[in-house]
Amino acid sequence: MTTIAISDVSVPDESPIAIQVTRNGRDRVYRSTGYAAGWVTLVLMGLIGGFLLYRSFDAFRYEGLRFFTETRWLPNASGGVFGIAALLLGTVLIAAVALVLAVPIAIGTALFITEYAPRRLRKVLTSAIDLLAAVPSLIYGIWGASILQSKVVYVSRFLSDHFGWFPPFHTTPFSGSGHTTLADFSASAFLAGIVVALMSLPICTAVIREVFSQAPPGEKEGALALGATRWGVIRDVVLPFGKGGIIGGSMLGLGRALGETVAVALIISRTTNVHNLLQLLKTGGNSIAATIARSWSEASGIQTSALMAAGLVLFGVTLAINAAASFVVARSRSGAATEI
Amino acid sequence: MTTIDLANPDVEEDPDPSDAVAPLGEALIRIRRLDPDSVITYCGAAFSALALAWLIYERFAPFSGGLGFLVVAWTAFCIIVYSLCRQQWGKIAARDHLVRLLVASMAMLALIPLGSIVFTVVQRGYHGLQPSFLTHTMAGAASLSKFSQGGAWHSIVGSFEVVGIAMLISVPLGVMTAVFLNEIGGRLARPVRTLTDAMSAVPSVVAGLFIFAVLIQPQYLKATGFAGALAISILMVPTVTRTAEVVLRLVPGGLREASFALGGSEWNTTKQVVLPTARTGLVTAVVLGVARVVGETAPLIITMIGAQQFNGNPFRGLQDALPLFIWSDKVNSTGQGVVDTWMWSGACVLLAIVLVLFVAARVLGNRSGLGAVPRVRRQR
Repeated sequence: MTTIAISDVSVPDESPIAIQVTRNGRDRVYRSTGYAAGWVTLVLMGLIGGFLLYRSFDAFRYEGLRFFTETRWLPNASGGVFGIAALLLGTVLIAAVALVLAVPIAIGTALFITEYAPRRLRKVLTSAIDLLAAVPSLIYGIWGASILQSKVVYVSRFLSDHFGWFPPFHTTPFSGSGHTTLADFSASAFLAGIVVALMSLPICTAVIREVFSQAPPGEKEGALALGATRWGVIRDVVLPFGKGGIIGGSMLGLGRALGETVAVALIISRTTNVHNLLQLLKTGGNSIAATIARSWSEASGIQTSALMAAGLVLFGVTLAINAAASFVVARSRSGAATEI
Repeated sequence: MTTIDLANPDVEEDPDPSDAVAPLGEALIRIRRLDPDSVITYCGAAFSALALAWLIYERFAPFSGGLGFLVVAWTAFCIIVYSLCRQQWGKIAARDHLVRLLVASMAMLALIPLGSIVFTVVQRGYHGLQPSFLTHTMAGAASLSKFSQGGAWHSIVGSFEVVGIAMLISVPLGVMTAVFLNEIGGRLARPVRTLTDAMSAVPSVVAGLFIFAVLIQPQYLKATGFAGALAISILMVPTVTRTAEVVLRLVPGGLREASFALGGSEWNTTKQVVLPTARTGLVTAVVLGVARVVGETAPLIITMIGAQQFNGNPFRGLQDALPLFIWSDKVNSTGQGVVDTWMWSGACVLLAIVLVLFVAARVLGNRSGLGAVPRVRRQR
């Protein structure tokens, strides 16, 4: 046994050292490229808002604050009269119809996929719903205008005849004879709403399904062990847990529904008559995006600027709704977790 | 057998082997399966609902049409199932049955339109899948021409060029942004992620307006295929970024650490470990991005306008694309005649392209081994 002199053992320096990262030239290029790509997104979003605002300046200067209250949309080469009110109202009404139809179906589908369906059917259904999202909106538009319309006019007439006391279903016929004909119900906001509902269904379903599938299994099993039925589990565990997801998914769907363009443009016959707009079943509706798409080819000068202003409003509204939706979804995920 | 006999000396030898495993006379319960009672209940309810609907429809009420019949029959079915279950098993079980029925029919309801769309487009548009439609252009074709005199060749070429250019722009940008979000990170990552989400919600028509406002109105660029491709890139970048980010997140962290431990630099790790591992997933991201934008119409109406004749140069002169072909046919269509047939044929070709891309994305996604099958995002 040799003895070791105490001085031979190197005592580690107790003081902490700073971790230094040295990067070679390639890494620096790599990192700055990454940062640049990140900045592109930020800058692009800023530019979109900025340029729309800049190009719509003429329209805002011409109309002033009346732009937000005027219902007519009659811009012409020398100015004319135009305002966003009727367009925005029409957009909101179509989106509202879409949501009323899409959200219950989305909740049902999400519940079926997460709680009821056997594994194989679950895969098939998920694919089918995703496929619904992949179909181009243009095809929804021509399908809605030619196939769905011939069916929906009967539904509209039925609703108007038997539920006309409910204000949105009330329909005054175009001809003064007092009785509605099928022609009064074609190209309506209701029809556009149904088609938009189909298009926002996948995003609603996807978000809601995601949240439902994260419902704590411990609580679900606990409820089952206490003798609850499947509906009992859904009502007392899954739905309360998924409330945020339902709200968030609906809002994301709303964002999509508001921005829908060609499908709506191909289906509705545009009107800015507020009375007509409020009669959902009746021919005639409106939407910002559809107006832009439909009147773009004839626009020049201040008309272009007016359409830019309309686009800016649409951009702002969609952004606000999406921001709110992601906030709600994010909160529901972090806050609702349980200890089990 | 013997144990049962010992416990219950009265029991004779049971011919049913399933009882043999059951402990002490308790029958096995199969979970998640409808018992015969329920099956009989449902069948009976279906039969009586149909009969009742027929009675209401044909004898009492002044309704007509197949849709109404289905609604009446379905409502009757729900009510009858509920009351039958309630009689047999009580209120709570009946409610459970009713909800199961409602939820299942909601899910089926969502599938009917999908079937109808695919069926309609194929039925009305299968003419499109013939040589003359795929080789002719609309130059010289009018509403009284024969079907074979017009075609979508110019639009198909235009669509491929526009989407190709959009891919060249948005795939590197999208993947690089995803790499930034996932591999580099930092303080900038949060706002970038939020804004990517926001960008994926930008209405497509606004993307078109933006390119017009920035490039076409100040005359830097004319309405060309390239302008359309730029507009479409704005819609494609967020889709690619979000899907690619999901895929990159699934690359196991151990692989990265192993690379660093072997002395790999950040760039080498990304290039030689992360990206190759996620390769199939990234291809899926690109395919989904393409599927998202190939049918976009609104931005193209604003930035590309469209054309009747062939133009292979996306940087000069007006160019057509498949969605524009369908759009202009629909706007000019009278509901029947040859223009309508062209429209449905164009729709059929477009739907076929989308379906092929969709299936490709699924197959690649399943093969990636990372378990990620990201979804197509809703398009507007």
